[in-house]
Amino acid sequence: MSAHLPELICPAGSLPALKAAVDHGADAVYLGFKNATNARNFAGLNFTDTQIRTGIEYAQSRDREVLVAINTYAQAGRVKEWHAAIDAAADAGANAVILADLGLLDYAMRVHPQLNRHLSVQGSATNFEAVNLAQDYFGIRRAVLPRVLTLPQVEYVIKNTSVEIEVFGFGSLCVMAEGRCILSSYATGESPNTHGVCSPASHVQWIPQGDTMDTRLNGILIDHFEAGEPAGYPTLCKGRFEVNNATYYALEEPTSLNALSVLPELLRIGVRAIKVEGRQRSPAYTAEVTKTLRAAIDAAGDARYSVKPAWQQALTKVSEGHQQTLGAYSRPWR
Amino acid sequence: MQLTLGPLLYYWPKQQVLDFYAQAADWPVASIYLGEVVCARRHELRTADWLALGSELAQSGKQIIYSSQAVLESGSDLSSLRKLAQAGGVLEANDLGAIRIAREAGIAYVAGPHLNIYNGPALDWHINAGATRWVAPLEASANTVAAILSEKTAEIETEIFAHGRLPLAFSARCFTARHFDLSKDACEFKCIEHADGMLLKTREGKEFLRINGIQTQSAACYALINDVAKMQNIDYLRISPQAEYTPEIIDAYSTQINTQQQNADWAQFNPEGLVNGYWHGQAGIQSTQEAL
Repeated sequence: MSAHLPELICPAGSLPALKAAVDHGADAVYLGFKNATNARNFAGLNFTDTQIRTGIEYAQSRDREVLVAINTYAQAGRVKEWHAAIDAAADAGANAVILADLGLLDYAMRVHPQLNRHLSVQGSATNFEAVNLAQDYFGIRRAVLPRVLTLPQVEYVIKNTSVEIEVFGFGSLCVMAEGRCILSSYATGESPNTHGVCSPASHVQWIPQGDTMDTRLNGILIDHFEAGEPAGYPTLCKGRFEVNNATYYALEEPTSLNALSVLPELLRIGVRAIKVEGRQRSPAYTAEVTKTLRAAIDAAGDARYSVKPAWQQALTKVSEGHQQTLGAYSRPWR
Repeated sequence: MQLTLGPLLYYWPKQQVLDFYAQAADWPVASIYLGEVVCARRHELRTADWLALGSELAQSGKQIIYSSQAVLESGSDLSSLRKLAQAGGVLEANDLGAIRIAREAGIAYVAGPHLNIYNGPALDWHINAGATRWVAPLEASANTVAAILSEKTAEIETEIFAHGRLPLAFSARCFTARHFDLSKDACEFKCIEHADGMLLKTREGKEFLRINGIQTQSAACYALINDVAKMQNIDYLRISPQAEYTPEIIDAYSTQINTQQQNADWAQFNPEGLVNGYWHGQAGIQSTQEAL
């Protein structure tokens, strides 16, 4: 890893995905336990204590890091479960824990001072004062910025803090400020903050109507697809709705963030780490995206950098709705 | 138990805002939250105007609390907030940065509903950092709030969001500008034409959400008036302003608190429908019949 290149942080929803990330050039992988302590709490995903140890051994023996996401909010009366997750991450030798809950950051600092603490994107730190507060009180090493800032705003944060700044570079796009969205619990009773899920599959219905398809979330119609239209998962901010007699993607299209074209800019402003979203995706996705971003980051320091068509094609294949956007990085974003 | 008037989440012409708060001086609310929570581009009232309004309203004996924007992004967002903090009142922090600014100014803060306090240790942290009141997360049920309060170890006042359209999400994108095919930076201030936001319906015509600039709200109105009698350890009920009937709603809640009687017509003030699922541990969009 070059000193001036940002680290590439890749998602691992399973041991095979972790290995795929490490084998294809991730500097670090992030993962979570099989429970509500992490914000990708989906059936069939995530790690047992034993699997985490195996994963950490695999990554660290190759000089890579493992970051454990414990990034939901501890629910009153059950705080011990979250403390146990932090203890388990420390005992397993994780390089860092990624936390959002201030009570948990406080606990981690007091009980496991040697364990690096990262402020999760769910902690909603969108300005340097917020990042510095987390440094003042919890001694965080790094903060992950929500996907709501423009490049100049990211730069402004970096200039005003000594905390390492991590940003998202690729993956499914939250159009809302992370940690500031309870749309999912409004519709279903379960949200990222409380259950580690958004638009949970347990509440999803795919209802074929002849050759058309309705998708519903807890009975609420999220979208209707005509024959031949590919039907997307009913994430509730990515459906088509009616506002003022116009029916359109009123909040967000099914699309993925792709920051390939602004990588040199991210390097220039001093971003320390670039994160890929997708712990709920397959090991094949992890391999493809890791390989592509590794190549792009390695090339991004060169003044002649340009996005290679092959990279773009590889990422388009694994993008939501096969569409990509620069999201908030680009000011004209509508 | 007392009432509070939450921050105005919509964008109204300056005179309408001033008229609204001139009336509020006589309403039975203990605290009034002032300031722009949603969008820095909303400049009908600037920081100095909010401070002047606060000074004026304080004459009526109400406690004035200045609310921070929920998503603080730019340097100017932060400097506006510093001005509010340096006025020496109380700040409602909806962001960690706002807490740091309150601490630097040496003032107390109210931990706002967007700070994600879901457990006792987190609440204790805020108390130690200078919070004198907290507003429970919108999605917290009665049982959750009780559990958080039983876990905390220090004293603090408790407020809940009791009535109004629920502010469910904040974004980088402006959905109102998007609707009019305008960019966020050239939005023509369309929000000012929609005094209660814009309704978003499903493709089968069910009113679902409400877009309000970068904020997404519930289409329906959250209403806990029928739960008031059973509430314990709640010090303040927040009423969120709306373009019409805010005084009538406040009167209904005041009557409920003081006499345990109800104004028969309170439900008519929100014809878009009433929900209370969150408080009862269900999806927010649900309505528990016996409570509504």
